[in-house]
Amino acid sequence: MGTSFGRGGATTFQQDLQNSDCIVIMGSNMAENHPVGFQWVMEARERGARFIHVDPRFTRTSAMADTHVPIRAGSDIAFLGGIINYIIQNDRAFKEYVINYTNAPVILKDDFKDTEDLDGFFSGYESDKDGYIFTTWQYKGMDLHGAAGQRESESALGKVGSFMQREDALKDGEPPHMDKTLEDPRCIYQITKRHFSRYTPEVVAEICGIEPHHVIDVAEALCANSGRDRTSAIVYSVAWTQHTFGVQMIRAAAIIQLLLGNIGRPGGGILSLRGHASIQGSTDIPTLFNILPGYIVMPHAQAHESLHHYIKSDGSRTGWWGNLDKYIISLLKAWFGEHATQENDYDFDLLPRISGDHSTYRSFLGMLDGEVKGFFCVGENPAVGNANSGLHRRALACLEWLVVRDFTENESASFWYDSPEIESGELKTDEIGTEIFWMPAAAHTEKDGSFTNTQRLLQWHHKAVEPKHDARSDLWFYYHLGKRIREKMRNSNDEPFAEPMMNLTWDYPTKGPTQEPDAHAVLREISGYEISTGRAVSGYTELKADGSTACGCWIYSGSFKDEVNQTARRKPGSEQSWVAPEWGWAWPHNRRIIYNRASADRDGKPWSERKAYVWWDEEKGEWTGHDEPDFEKNKRPDYVPSKGAKREDAIAGWHPFIMQDDALGWIFVPNGVVDGPLPTYYEPHESPAKNLLYGQQANPCRQQFERTFNEYNPSPSSTHGGVFPFVLHTYRLTEHHTAGGMSRTVAHLSELQPEFFCEVSPELAQLRGLRHGDWATIFTMRAVVEARVMVTRRVPVLRMNGRDVHMVGLPYHWGSKGLVTGDSANDLLHITLDPNVHIQETKGLTCDIQAGRRPRGVDRDKFLSEVRRRAHVESGL
Amino acid sequence: MSDGRPIWPVLRQFEGDPLALGAAAQSDATRSWTGRIAGAKAVKSVCPYCAVGCGQNVFVKDEKIIQIEGDPDSPISRGRLCPKGSATRSLVESPMREYKVKYRRPYATRWEELSLDRAMDMIADRVLKTRRETWHPVSDEGKDLNRCEGIAHLGGATLDNEENYLIKKLYTALGIIQVENQARI
Repeated sequence: MGTSFGRGGATTFQQDLQNSDCIVIMGSNMAENHPVGFQWVMEARERGARFIHVDPRFTRTSAMADTHVPIRAGSDIAFLGGIINYIIQNDRAFKEYVINYTNAPVILKDDFKDTEDLDGFFSGYESDKDGYIFTTWQYKGMDLHGAAGQRESESALGKVGSFMQREDALKDGEPPHMDKTLEDPRCIYQITKRHFSRYTPEVVAEICGIEPHHVIDVAEALCANSGRDRTSAIVYSVAWTQHTFGVQMIRAAAIIQLLLGNIGRPGGGILSLRGHASIQGSTDIPTLFNILPGYIVMPHAQAHESLHHYIKSDGSRTGWWGNLDKYIISLLKAWFGEHATQENDYDFDLLPRISGDHSTYRSFLGMLDGEVKGFFCVGENPAVGNANSGLHRRALACLEWLVVRDFTENESASFWYDSPEIESGELKTDEIGTEIFWMPAAAHTEKDGSFTNTQRLLQWHHKAVEPKHDARSDLWFYYHLGKRIREKMRNSNDEPFAEPMMNLTWDYPTKGPTQEPDAHAVLREISGYEISTGRAVSGYTELKADGSTACGCWIYSGSFKDEVNQTARRKPGSEQSWVAPEWGWAWPHNRRIIYNRASADRDGKPWSERKAYVWWDEEKGEWTGHDEPDFEKNKRPDYVPSKGAKREDAIAGWHPFIMQDDALGWIFVPNGVVDGPLPTYYEPHESPAKNLLYGQQANPCRQQFERTFNEYNPSPSSTHGGVFPFVLHTYRLTEHHTAGGMSRTVAHLSELQPEFFCEVSPELAQLRGLRHGDWATIFTMRAVVEARVMVTRRVPVLRMNGRDVHMVGLPYHWGSKGLVTGDSANDLLHITLDPNVHIQETKGLTCDIQAGRRPRGVDRDKFLSEVRRRAHVESGL
Repeated sequence: MSDGRPIWPVLRQFEGDPLALGAAAQSDATRSWTGRIAGAKAVKSVCPYCAVGCGQNVFVKDEKIIQIEGDPDSPISRGRLCPKGSATRSLVESPMREYKVKYRRPYATRWEELSLDRAMDMIADRVLKTRRETWHPVSDEGKDLNRCEGIAHLGGATLDNEENYLIKKLYTALGIIQVENQARI
C-alpha cells in the first residue's frame, strides 16, 4: 500500500463499503474473522452491489457472496494478473484518472528490462546476492525515493545512499518524460501491458485450478462497476500478506484499483483488514526494528552517519516527505528534550544503527545460535503462534533469561516442562537453563489507552477498574523498568554508551495506588507541542525543523489538538454523516478516505454527482466536501509548481498522492519494493506444481533459512516423486483469537470450538482413508501433528495440468495450555520470508496426511526421521 | 390493584394494549424488575480482539465489571459484537487469569513466588548485564552501531499506542534494536 500510494494503511474505512458498486474480498474470510465489519459489505449488497469472494475454501463469506471463485492457495498473483491483463487488453481503464493521477504515462529509462525479456527476472538482478539493484527501474531523467517500503537505505543489496534525487527533476510538477497518449512503448502503461500479456484467462485458470470464465467474470464485474459514476472496493487480510510474495499481491490489487480509478473515492479503495485490535497502531508507532514512529526509517550504519546525511539521503526534495527534517527533529526533541540541540545534531548520534534484517525470525535464529540471550515476550505466544513454532520453543530453551507478560501462563512460558519436545524426550526440564519471569498483565478494561483500528482510526478505551494484585499495564511495566534501569546506570561506571538513557525524557505524571503513568500525557507527547509555550499542536503542518517543536509521531500529530484527547470523542454515529468525523480520530489529520483529492476530476469537480466526496469550491478558494481534504486546503486544482519548488510546493494541483516524490499513484514502483517494480507470478516456496509462466519457480528474492529444525519439503512435489503432494494452508475461526491466549482461556469460546481439526474434501478423504470425526496425522519435514477430520465439500479439488490437487486446511489456535488443548498447526510450517516485509509464508505450502493418531514419545522423532529419509530418497534430492 | 388499574389482564388489554404484549401483561412483580445494568456506570471502551474496532460499554458496579456490551453509538459497529467480543467479560474476568508474578530459576523443575518489586529489580539487572556483554559499538567496516545485540522483544498487537511508544522509546535509548511485534507475523 505504502509503495503504491504513499502510506501504509487502508485507503478507506469500513462504513464506506456501503457505497461500493462491487466488492471483491480476496485473501480474507471477513464474515468469520471480522464479522461486525462485514455488516457494511451486506449493506452494499442490499443496495445492489455485486459481491465476489475469491478464496480457496468455501466459507461463510463465500456463502453470502454473489460469486465464489475457489483458487489454489498462493495463486493469487496469477488471478490478479489476469484481471490486469483483461483491463488493459480490452481498453477498460479509467483513462482520465490514469493519465492525470498515476505514473502510467511516464517513460522509463532505456536500460530497463522486464520479466518478458529475462524469463521471470527484471534487469538489475545480482544472482550471487539474491537481490536487485534498482538503478534501471527509474524514470527517464528522474530518480525517485519510495514513500514507503524499503527506501534506498535498506535496499536488499545494501547499496545505500545511491539515489540522491536530482535537482529540479520535476518539470511543471510532472516527471520530465511522459506520453499522455499512453502509446510510447517505453511508457509504464505499455510496459505493464506487455508484462501481463501472458496472464491470459486460459493460463491463469490452469495455475489457479479454475475455469477461464471465472477470470473474465470477475474482471468484467470490476470494469463494469468502475469509472466516473461507479466504484469498486477490494478487501484483503493476512491471506495476502503471509506469503513469500505478499507485498506483490497487494501491489497487484493496487494496480487494478489505479487502472480502474478507484483510489481516493467513496465506495472504492483497498481495505486491509488487520487481525488485532491495534496492529495498525503497532506499525504506526512501531515496535518494529526498521522504522521509527511515523514510518521514519531507523538510521542505518552505512548511510546515516549524521543527521544531515540522513535527511539528505532519505528525505525527498519534492512531495510531503520533503518535510522529513521537521518530523525527525521534532521526534528527537520529544525523546531527548533540552539535551537535543542544533549544535549536537539534536542527539541524532544517540540512536542505535541497524545494518540489515533484524526481524523477529532472525532474533529466534539468533537464540538458537547463542547470540540473543535475553527476550521479552509481551502479549504474544510464539511457541504456538509463529511459523515453525517448534523451532521457536527450542530457541526459547537456549535463552539465558525470558520475560513473559500475559493474562495467563501461555505455552511460551511453559515450554520448559510442557511441550512436544519435552514429551518426546528431545528436551529435558532440568537441562534447560532459561531463567523465566512470568508477569501478570492488565486488561484493556484496567487501563487507559488508544487502539488504532483497521481503518487508521484511533479510539480511546477508558479504565473501568483497577488491575488486581501484581497485574500491571505495559505502560506501567516499561515506564518503571526504564526508571530502574536509569537509576542503576546513573550509579554505575561500566555501562557502555549511557548517554541516551541519561538524556531521555522519561518523567511522566503518575496516578493511583500503583503509580500508573498517565496515558493522556503520553498521547499528548505523541501528538506534539510547541516547546516554548507547551501548547499542544493542531497537526503536523505546525511542526518545525528548528527544534522549537516536539512530536513523538508526526502522523498522529493533532490527536491531542486543542488540549482535547481527540481519540476519546464519541459523538454517536446516528448524529453524524456516514463519515462520522467526530468519532475518534484518524491519521493523518482526521482524514477518513486518504488521497481523496482523486475523488474530484483534474479541474476539482466531482467525477459524478453520485460519487461526490471532496471537491474544489472556487468561490471560497478551498477544497471542501464530506471529509477532511487529503490535500492542501487552498491549493488550486490548476496550480503549477514553479521551477525548483520543494516539499509540498512541488506538488501540482492535480496530483493526489502527496507522499510520493511525484505525487502520482505508482502502477510501476521504481524504488521501494525489492523483488520487482511490477508483480510477477511465482509459485510458493513449497508448491505442488511447476511455475507455468516463467522458468523461475519461486520468488528469487525470498529469504530462506534452511537449517536443522527448518528443513524444507522438496518442491515442486510434481517433479520430486510426488512427496508432500497436498497444499496446506492455515486460518482462523470466529471463536478463537490467534495463538489462543485470549480465547482458549474463555469458557464460552472454548466450548464453541473445542478441538483442533483439519478440513479435507471427500475425494482426499477417500484417497487417504480418512473418516469424518476420526483422527488424521499431518506432517511435513518439520513436524507431525494430529487433528480431528472434517470431511467437507467446502474444500474444493482443483484440476491443474490434468491432475487433481488436494488441499488440507488447518485452523492454528491450539496448544497445550488453556481450557481446550491440541497440537499446534504452526509446528508444520517453515520459515521463509517475503523479502520486503520479512513476513512468513503460512498460506500456501505442502504437506502429507494419513489416517490415525500421530506417534507419541520417542516414536514421534523416529517417525519424523523416517519421513525425512523417505523424502530425500523419493524426491531424488 | 394498588395503582387503581383493573386486576385482570384481559381487562387491561382494553386500555390500549389489544395484543397484551406490553403494559397489560405486567404485574407488580415484573414492574419491580430492573435490568442487570441498572445503576451501573457505563465506561466507554473498544473491543480488544480484532481490528474492526467495535465500541464497547463496560458496566461497572461496586468496582466490579458486571457486563460488557456493544456500544450502539459506534458508527462502525452500531452496537454489535461477534462471539469473541461478546465474551470480553469472560476474558477479563476469566478464572484462569493469574495475578501473581511467577519465577523459574535456571534448570529448576517448578515455579516459585517472587514479589513484583524484586522481579522488576532482577529484570533491570538482567537487561544491564546482557547489554554490557553484547554491546557492539562499531561495525566491521568501522561504522558506529551503538547497539545491544543480545536482547530481543516481541509484542502483541493488542497493546495500546501509548505503550508501544514507551516500548520503542526505551529500547531505542538502550540501544536494543530487535524490537518487533505481531504485525511482522
